[in-house]
Amino acid sequence: MLPISQLDVANLASIRGERVLFRDLSFSALAGRPLCIEGANGAGKTTLLRILAGFLSPSAGTIRLRMKDGGGTADADLRGPYIGFIGHREALKSQLTARENLAFYAALYRAAGDLDAALAWAGLARVADLPAQYLSAGQKKRVGLARLRLCARPLWLLDEPLAALDHAGKALVTAMIAEHCAGGGIAIVATHEGLDLDCAQLRLGLA
Amino acid sequence: MFQYANPARFMALSGRVLPWLAVAAGLLLAAGLYLGLIASPPDYQQGDTVRIMYVHVPAAWCAMMIYALMALSAAIGLINRHPLADLAAKTAAPLGALFTALALITGSLWGKPMWGAWWVWDGRLTSFLILLFLYLGYIALWNAIEDEVPAARATAVLAIVGAVNLPIIEFSVRWWTTLHQGESIIRAGGPSIAAVFLWPLFLMALGYTLLFFTLWIVRIRTEILARRARSLILAEGGAA
Amino acid sequence: MSAFVALLGRDIRLAFRAGGGAMLALAFFIVMAALIPLGIGPDLKLLAKVAGGVVWSAALLAALLSLDRLFQADYEDGSLDLIALSPLPLEAASFAKIAAHWLTTGLPLTVVSPLLGLLYGLPPAAYPALVLSLLIGTPAISAIGAVGASLTLPVRRGGLILPLLVLPLVTPALIFGAGAISAALNGLSNGAFGLLCAFSFVAVIVSPFITAFAVRPNLAG
Repeated sequence: MLPISQLDVANLASIRGERVLFRDLSFSALAGRPLCIEGANGAGKTTLLRILAGFLSPSAGTIRLRMKDGGGTADADLRGPYIGFIGHREALKSQLTARENLAFYAALYRAAGDLDAALAWAGLARVADLPAQYLSAGQKKRVGLARLRLCARPLWLLDEPLAALDHAGKALVTAMIAEHCAGGGIAIVATHEGLDLDCAQLRLGLA
Repeated sequence: MFQYANPARFMALSGRVLPWLAVAAGLLLAAGLYLGLIASPPDYQQGDTVRIMYVHVPAAWCAMMIYALMALSAAIGLINRHPLADLAAKTAAPLGALFTALALITGSLWGKPMWGAWWVWDGRLTSFLILLFLYLGYIALWNAIEDEVPAARATAVLAIVGAVNLPIIEFSVRWWTTLHQGESIIRAGGPSIAAVFLWPLFLMALGYTLLFFTLWIVRIRTEILARRARSLILAEGGAA
Repeated sequence: MSAFVALLGRDIRLAFRAGGGAMLALAFFIVMAALIPLGIGPDLKLLAKVAGGVVWSAALLAALLSLDRLFQADYEDGSLDLIALSPLPLEAASFAKIAAHWLTTGLPLTVVSPLLGLLYGLPPAAYPALVLSLLIGTPAISAIGAVGASLTLPVRRGGLILPLLVLPLVTPALIFGAGAISAALNGLSNGAFGLLCAFSFVAVIVSPFITAFAVRPNLAG
């Protein structure tokens, strides 16, 4: 079982210059049940995820990661090692093959899983040895999914994971989120198209 | 010290100090120039050329002092995240570059009659040339980064790295001149400098320093006012 | 394989793939050094005298060519986000990237430098100084260059101002490096190697921390 139990966010605010993206935002993401962040473009979904990931300091508020053993941390640097992240950009090197890209992240994250199995799972077995520049947008996204699965971090922060994917790809994402949560993981998913899963909802942009 | 770091308080205080500072700088420079250019005798070796020193040496001092003040302001801005300190560092840089350029130009004017060339790869001149490059790089980085906050942060790191590296550069350039010519060319006055030469030098140095502080404060005030004007315009635009 | 080696290996691999900077820097180094005699004339005595300075200047500029992409590429494609979340501290990641840059530019330049010594009619006694000074000094270029690269990360066309930031800061390396070669030419020993070692060592130790400090805020968005 994974060590974390929930992520508590209290009175979070993000103000950039004069622009208030959100304020007094409080919610909890529980292990076992995905949290779906919805909102129109520009509502602050990406900013919220980047704050949760610790890339960006919030203007106010606290983020606390709670452990199953009763401990916890509000320190963004201590949260980092638990986070599996998918952002807007694929984070792939176009000159390296899909396999090389994946192998790099597996080594960087000290992941022990089987590369070939991860590639096959993502439906990339045939294109694994092509440089990433030849992959379609959806295939690049799938490399990211394989990376997320392989690196096996307990707290997932996914920014529009369904974008650019076909039906099968979307089903793959939904299934992997369900599987991750069933295994005791936390998944926070920003999406404007909704997730075909039983999940908690948070709407941004009504403030 | 930081009680004056509030922009409103800074505006009020600096507005009161500024006229006095400007007048003092003007008087000191006038007295220094009179003593240096008219009242003091020509040097028995250098003749009237020695008078360039009264403009040159204090400019060189100021150029170094300004870099130190700039790096210090930048460090305060970085550590305390204080926008006024960032502004102070930002506005000091063009003044520092100006004083450095003045030192280089007057040094070169002095060099022509003394060395027979507009430019000599003398240790001091060379390290001032590099100091000018450091200033220009700092200014360029400020201008290149559009957002204020990251720009202040990046330039602060550059200023501090530059300040730490400057003595090493200075040392390496000295080492380099001894390697290539063996004898040192410039000897500004030598150890025993007569009081007739010392007084104008001292007055000019003080005058330059006060002139710098006057201009610095004016520039900081201008930046603060420009910022207020910008936010007023933006606020109006938002309301319309 | 450790995370550090993974990043180091990836950057080295990228430098030798299409669009990588390694071969480009090497070619630039050779072409530039080969063109200068066309400007100053074929007098081998004069060329031998200026060889140290020319080779060092060429090495500086060649190393700068690929520096502006050091963090920019990872920043633009999102890799920097994932590196920041990895078990590797950003300081260590910066060190890995500096090391990879040196292994793919400074080291190859050092290896081909005797060839340029031939072109410049360098006396045999000066070859060890030529190679050794580049070997010791080029890590400082990569290290200080990395600081410059991290500072220009928010700048869209950072490559344009990077030389202005980095070149004044690396003058001690240029002076001590070229000075070591000219000392060898004159049969003197002037302590240049010691000074170059000290400068390079401090630069390599300190710069990953400054670099990481400057890179971190760019993760914001």
